[in-house]
Amino acid sequence: MVSTLPNIDPDLIGILEQVSDPEIPVLSVLDLGVIREAVIRDEVVHIKLTPTYTGCPAMDTISVDLKQALQQNNFKSKIELVLSPAWTTDWLSPKGKAKLEAYGIAPPLGEELDKKALMDGERIVKCTHCQSTNTKVISAFGSTACKALFQCLDCLEPFDYFKCLK
Amino acid sequence: MDQNLYNYLLMLGDNSMILGHRLSELCGHGPSLETDIALTNISLDLFGQVRNIFQYAAKLNDQESSEDSIAFLRNERQHYNCILVEQPNTDFAHVILRQYLFDQFQLLQLNFLLQSKDEQLKAIAAKSIKETKYHIRFSSEWCKRLGQGTEISHNKITTALELLYPFCNEFFETTEVEKEMMERGIGPNLEELRVQYFDNVTTLLNEAGLSIPQTPFRVSGGKHGRHSEHLGYILAEFQYMQKTYPNMQW
Ligand SMILES: [Zn+2]
Repeated sequence: MVSTLPNIDPDLIGILEQVSDPEIPVLSVLDLGVIREAVIRDEVVHIKLTPTYTGCPAMDTISVDLKQALQQNNFKSKIELVLSPAWTTDWLSPKGKAKLEAYGIAPPLGEELDKKALMDGERIVKCTHCQSTNTKVISAFGSTACKALFQCLDCLEPFDYFKCLK
Repeated sequence: MDQNLYNYLLMLGDNSMILGHRLSELCGHGPSLETDIALTNISLDLFGQVRNIFQYAAKLNDQESSEDSIAFLRNERQHYNCILVEQPNTDFAHVILRQYLFDQFQLLQLNFLLQSKDEQLKAIAAKSIKETKYHIRFSSEWCKRLGQGTEISHNKITTALELLYPFCNEFFETTEVEKEMMERGIGPNLEELRVQYFDNVTTLLNEAGLSIPQTPFRVSGGKHGRHSEHLGYILAEFQYMQKTYPNMQW
């Protein structure tokens, strides 16, 4: 059994919290759960970064931003991209999910409910504008790979939904 | 270097790369905003998968090649994708059906690779299969919608089916490289996948109100580097920048 809890040196948390996802700037890389390891060995920070989606262009930017943030704190760093275990939306922190919603992106539901909302058109995703769950999926593929497009049938506004990835 | 594993990776990657490029041609040209975004999202996922596979191939090759040189500096005969994925975006029905026929194969293949004896391929498959499940949901739903839609949509997807279905057998024609991968427990037994594939495809097509074409399976050879004329045109565009400005960086 592979541990899914990331191994992060407490001394680095403050720095890592400053690095955000370029496409969803309210989320730090820690909220997103893409840092699987951050340890200091021989005065070099070793980071294991995992992609959300394989083709996510944000990963290259995140890598560069991490290096920069660490450099500003006088750390040399080595960043390694790891694929296994594969990222899942379960690794979004609770704080991250709350921030997503406040930002206007409905956070992912559990696997079963997600399927019901996306495939069977069940009205269960909460509108980020008016909190109504009277909403429907417009497109399972949204403005970025991780999101689907929804519309609220009460306030009629469109909004993004962060798809469950398991 | 493990030459056979290297060639096997090219075969896997080329399918995703060429189909990814075909879908990218639709960027800004989809029939509606939602389908345009969906198809280009799928393209992006396929390119993500290719990057993982080619990075691994470059590593096997002791960095004598890079993911970019593998992607941009091979000629037609050095590409090993199946001929189906290079077929043109004739109309939306062709795009959707080509996608479904590929997704169904890819899903079965990745499902096997989850248990591959090669650890890196296993990790790549675990990552990719999650995305492929979204792709097949999209393509199979649209197959049904077109098949059961209007007379026009039904006729269009029937035409697409008659053209594309005969290419599907190629997925399962085992090459020497694939045979070795199977024996080493790295790749699947394609004969076993074939049965499951045609079962699943038949079920879906029947659900879509479409009948299986009786045309014989068409020529193959993509896995040996023998392609339809379309690939040359794809590569001419895809490789243009690297060939015009060698080693250019973005
Ligand atoms: Zn609303």
